[in-house]
Parts: sequence; structure tokens; C-alpha cells
Amino acid sequence: MPFVTADTQKRRYDVIIVGSGAGGGQSAYTLCMEGAKVLMLEAGRRYSVTEAPMFRTPELAPLRGAATPDKPFGFYDATVDGGWSVPGEPYVRDSEEDAGRFEWWRARMLGGRTNHWGRISLRNGPYDFKPYTRDGLGFDWPIGYEDVAPYYDKVEMLVGVYGSNEGLENTPDSPPGCLLPPPKRLVNDHLMAQRAGRLGLPVIPAHRAVLTQALDHRRIPAQLHPGNLRAQKILAEDMRARAPCLWATPCGLGCAVRANYQSTAVHLPPALKTGNLEIMTDAMVHEVTLGRDGRANGVHFIDRTTGKQEHAAARVVILAASACESARILLNSKSARFPDGLANSSGKVGRYIMDTVGSSVSGQIPLLESLPPLNEDGADGHAVYVPWWLYREQIAGKLGFARGYHIEYGGGKRMPDHGTGAGLEWLTGGSYGKKFKEDVRRYYGSFVGFDGRGEMIPNDQSFCEIDSTVKDKFGIPVLRFHWQWSDHELRQAAHMQATFGAIIEAMGGKTREPVKTDGALAIAPGGSIIHEVGGAIMGADPATSVTNRWNQTWDVDNVFINDGAVFASNADKNPTLTIMALAWRASDHILERLRRKEL
Amino acid sequence: MDRRTTLKWVLAASASWPLLGGSRVRAYSTPTQLGYGTDPDLAINYHPGELWPLTLTADERRLAASLSDLIIPADDRSPSASAAGVVDFIDEWISAPYPKFQIDRDIVKNGFGWLDAEAQRRFGRKFCDLEPAAQITLCDDICDEARAPAGLKEAAHFFARYRDLTAGGFYSTPIGRADLSYIGNTPLAKFEGPPPALLASLGLLPVGLK
Repeated sequence: MPFVTADTQKRRYDVIIVGSGAGGGQSAYTLCMEGAKVLMLEAGRRYSVTEAPMFRTPELAPLRGAATPDKPFGFYDATVDGGWSVPGEPYVRDSEEDAGRFEWWRARMLGGRTNHWGRISLRNGPYDFKPYTRDGLGFDWPIGYEDVAPYYDKVEMLVGVYGSNEGLENTPDSPPGCLLPPPKRLVNDHLMAQRAGRLGLPVIPAHRAVLTQALDHRRIPAQLHPGNLRAQKILAEDMRARAPCLWATPCGLGCAVRANYQSTAVHLPPALKTGNLEIMTDAMVHEVTLGRDGRANGVHFIDRTTGKQEHAAARVVILAASACESARILLNSKSARFPDGLANSSGKVGRYIMDTVGSSVSGQIPLLESLPPLNEDGADGHAVYVPWWLYREQIAGKLGFARGYHIEYGGGKRMPDHGTGAGLEWLTGGSYGKKFKEDVRRYYGSFVGFDGRGEMIPNDQSFCEIDSTVKDKFGIPVLRFHWQWSDHELRQAAHMQATFGAIIEAMGGKTREPVKTDGALAIAPGGSIIHEVGGAIMGADPATSVTNRWNQTWDVDNVFINDGAVFASNADKNPTLTIMALAWRASDHILERLRRKEL
Repeated sequence: MDRRTTLKWVLAASASWPLLGGSRVRAYSTPTQLGYGTDPDLAINYHPGELWPLTLTADERRLAASLSDLIIPADDRSPSASAAGVVDFIDEWISAPYPKFQIDRDIVKNGFGWLDAEAQRRFGRKFCDLEPAAQITLCDDICDEARAPAGLKEAAHFFARYRDLTAGGFYSTPIGRADLSYIGNTPLAKFEGPPPALLASLGLLPVGLK
């Protein structure tokens, strides 16, 4: 039976996976396809992509679907029991000031945050694994691009990622057969590409985990699972069951036809098909338990349906609960051997939390006014993006900040919503009446938005620890966050603003508000980009890192951390694709060690 | 409520709630027990008044309708705001049990109070009962926050906010989508992108198009 409870679970599994998102989903897929018996524990409720409210329109929702504290990304967003704040599951911030505030987004549902994410799927490049070597800041990873590249290939083929190969610096190409064709550009994409191109910026197809065409179910399964006919058959069938994009409805609602990546659409169905995966939802893991031999023997969890503490047992424990939640579990796993938390002999668990540097500018473009009716839903935006393009100037020390950013861009005649027609006075001079209706028609679809997504360098002031007093509704001690940006991030945010202002001007438009020259005002609060990684970084030295090159904790050899916690740096590239690639790589390693009876 | 109190309220509110934002608005506040919760049923059709009681009085709803229709009147392409259900929407919005919506509630209720008081002071009648020309005279003074005289800044802020709500309520309906000729949200076998002739006319020939 694929879905189990504390009462119906088996006595022991090969592997327990805590968490069901990108890291947990990929780990379950890889392990189960190769025959390992896996129990996946998810703190939230069971969720199926068939719940996705596709095609539902704002007038059917409360408040026309507007964001509320209950649904911070809008009523139809595919987040269940989550947001910036989860009822009964508080966290503590060391500072409420903008500069030192950390926001922690969580979801409590099968598939976790992969159900609503932006699907942007970028590979880290060679520089991104060796940042210390390149500029003397932060930490090198104990692995390089060449170690992860084969797994990027596999993940792209499995989940389906559109994009192109451009041969640009530190922006890796994929081998043939990995990427799907990018979607057609919208009018505003063409304009942005033309005008930003004149400024010398490379505007290239975005990379997103959306099926612009059906996956090749005849070729890919054999490439991903050579010699494993059963896995090939399961995957081929599953690929046939995934429909290509319908070119409608936002990906963030979830996709009932499984045209984009969410763990519940891509990883879990074939993993369940193997018969090797059992899933327990409503299981809030809070502790990895140790046996007398000093190895992990399972996890303690609270059954949310009964409130009782339960135990599950396995030969190997994988934490993939999200970077901070995995760190929390380790820190709460105290024993005589590990008084400061499991696998924390280095004192580095919870340290070096990094988010992405974010800053945004929007503008209005007269050339895009009063265009004829166009269906501009596309693949839910992001047909193009701008990868970081100033590597040379940066390493020469000309920019005043050490790491780069990429530009995410959007515009077009998206479905009108409760914000349409709002805030137009700067263009209309305050029209109302028939003139206002004409103005809204004129300006509809003429707005563009730029979001910078940049690298943050790990620092000693950005970390989480267990709060000494506050507990959640289950009685589990909660995290306390500390946060601080360095000048590198603040200057980078100011650079984003200047760049976006220049592009909007080059497009013949004007910015909604003056661009900010003070990076401290331009930067989004820590955590708010929802790319938090670190907290159990990998390294080459057990004294200064939590895991080795295989996501395996130095201190306990059958505990692996297959989520963003192991990131030793947080490149501007969105972390999800790398989380999956590392999880696949670590899971291959676990399989090998299991076969050799070393775990 | 007297005018000074009204304006104090509006002033306080204006500092904290600038614009009716789109999907990029981040709400950092904590869920309350009073709303629809963190796992609502997404598959059913909701109507204003079902999840929480509407709170505008009959007089306020009458005023809401006349002001909304002054902002979005019927024209040859689409009906007026009230005909598209905007009054119910605004009533639902300002009655919602979430803090940021309660800020709007204060702005709207106090703005209504100011508008009637001002209509009474200048024309001796309630706003709803004024001739359209008189209504326009009043609104012209407050329709643009940037240009509004110092003494009317708060009233102008109310008007801006109310216009945003009216527009949001109108364009988020089938009537509003049709008005803007929105033709998406429909499954397509292929996505062709814009017609080449349109790109050419804009000087955007798809050179280098991948």
C-alpha cells in the first residue's frame, strides 16, 4: 500500500526520506527505481496535482483571488497550510528591522514548495562551485561542475526543461537531447531583447521546467536507466501520461496535466509505480535517532492526526525537509554523543544560511500601448532572461561587488485581476469616467517588470539556531534566525536597479518609481526570495563543514542531507535544479553503498 | 463622524497601504482564525457575503454604486462598474477579516463620510443625490493625489484607493476581461506567438529568434 500510517508502516526500510519536495522527490525516484525500499515522511497533508484549480478565474474566488495572510501568493496558489507563517509553527527572528529580518516560507503538503515554484531551472556553472578560488570570498564546494554536470543532464531529461545553448561564460550548455525548445517570445520579449541587446546585455531563452512538447518516452528512459528494463518501462509509461503545456493558466496554481515539474507530478508517480515507495503524510519529523553503534536507526515524528510521537526505522536516513527545517531536525537531535545536535561536531549546523539577492523595478512602455488583442499567456511568462554578463569587469574589481545576478523579466497581456487598472495616476493624471476606461485599455499589457536574482556570499551573521524557549504546537523547539547582508549584496542590489532603469529607458519607457541608488532600500528582505540554502554545508574538511561531497554527514555515515542545506555557495542560479541534481548524485552513491552492504 | 476625524483616519491609513498591488504583493502577517484558512476549497464558487458578513449600510452601498459608476460608467463597449458587481466586491473586500483589508475599510468608510459631508457643505445634499455635474465638480478636486491641494490630500488618497478597488473589481470579471479583449486562459495545441506583421510594424522583426 503506497500511503501508510504510523500503524501500517513496515518495521524497517532501506531508506527514510524526510520531505517530499525537490530533494526528497528526486531521492525517492532514484532510490525506488533501483529497488531500494523507501519510506517518505511528509509533515503536511496528502496532495495531488488533480487539485490544481486550473482555468478558474478571479471572480469565482474570495476577494477575486487576492493575497491574504492565509494564502500569501493568492487564493489559487498551490500552497497548502503554508506561507510566511504557518499556524502553530512559529519561528523567532533576532531582528524585525528590514536589514536584519529573515522571512521563512514553508508549505505543509506533499510535494512541498515544488507545487507552486517558478519552475526556473538554471545550472550552476564552473565558477559557482569554486567561488573562493575565483575571488577569495566564501567557500569552495568539494565538487566541481564536472561532477554535477551528468546529473544536470539526467534531471533535465527527466523533468523536462526548456531552454537553449548559447555558449556563454559560466552559463553551461546542455548536451544534445537534454533541453526542450523554448516557447515563442511575446511582443514585449522581442522589444526587451532588442533594446537590452543594444546595451550589450545577452537576452537569451529562459530555462524553465515546463514541457513545451512531450518528452521523448522512447529515448530518455533507456538513457536514464541503462540496463534497468523495469525502470525504463515505468518511466516511459509515466512520460506518456504527462501532457505538454496547454499554454494557459499560471504554473503556480499547479498543473493537473503534469506539464511542468512539481514533485507530485514528476517524481512521485513513477516512484510509487515501482512498489518500492511508501509515503506517510502528516508526519512531522523532529529527531534523527541513533543506535548503540553510533549510526542513525530512524526518526522520531509527531503524527499530526493523533498528536502522538512515533518512530520509523531504516538503514539510511535522508533529510530533505528544506534547508532550515533539516538544520532544525539535526539541531534538535541531541544525544550524549552529540550534545549540540546530530552531525554538528563542527558547530556548523545552522550556519551560513543564504538567500538570493532580490530587487525589482517595473515600468511602462508606450510602444506596447494599445496593441491588438493577443493571447500572451504563453508558458506562463519567462520566455527570455539575461544571465550575468559582467564576469570580466567583476573579477577586475570594477563593480564594487563580487558576485553576479541574472535578470528575470516579464510583461504582456496577462489575465486581468484585482490589480488591473490600479495605480495609474502617474500616467493618467487621475482620470475617471469614460476617459479612465479608455486609459485602462490603452495601458493594459504595456507594463514590464524586472527582477534581479543575485548571489549572496555566506557570512557569519546569517544563521539559524534553536531558540531557548519557544516551541511549536507539537512541543518541538523552533528556529531563531539571524540575518545580515554584506556590502557585496547591497551594492549588487543597487546595480540591479540602475540596470533595470537603463533597460526600461532603452525600451522607450519610464520606471514606475525612481530607481533606488541605496542598496539597503533596494534589496528584498532575507528569505523573501525563497531560495534559502546552507545550514549544513558540504566541504572538504570535517572541521568546517557538515557533509562531504556525497551529501553525507561527516559524523554519522548513514545520514544524508539531500536538500539545499548542503550548498556551500548560493549562485545567482535558482537552487531547485541543483538540489535535484545533487539528490540524484547522492542517491546513486547511497545505492552503491547499500549494494556493498556498507550502509 | 466629523471631517477632521475622517481625515485623521485617512491620513494614518495612507502611510501604510500605498497601492492595490498585483501578485507581487507580499503579505508578511500571520494567518488569523477568522478568514478562509490556509487550506480552503479551491473548487467551489464563492460569493461575497458567504465567508464573512458584508458590512456596508444600505446608504453606503448606494453611495458606493454612484461613485463606482462615476469612475467606470457604461460605454459602448461594456456596462458600468455596479452592473459588473463592483459594489458587492468592495463590500466583501472592506469587510474581510484580514488586517490590510481593514485598513481599506477605514479609508473607504471615512472617505464616504467625507464625500457626503463635502457634498452637504457645498451643495446642500448627499453625494448620491447630486446632479452628475456637481458630483464631477467634487471629484475633479480629488481625482489626482499629486495635484490635489494640501487640504484635500487625504480625500484624494481615498479617491485613488477607491478607484483602484473599483477597477480591480471591474476588470477581474468576465465583463472586465471582455472589455480589455483578454483572449487567454484557454487551452491551445500550439503557442504561435505574435503575428510577424505586428512585430514588423513595431520594428521588432524576429531576427535571431530561437
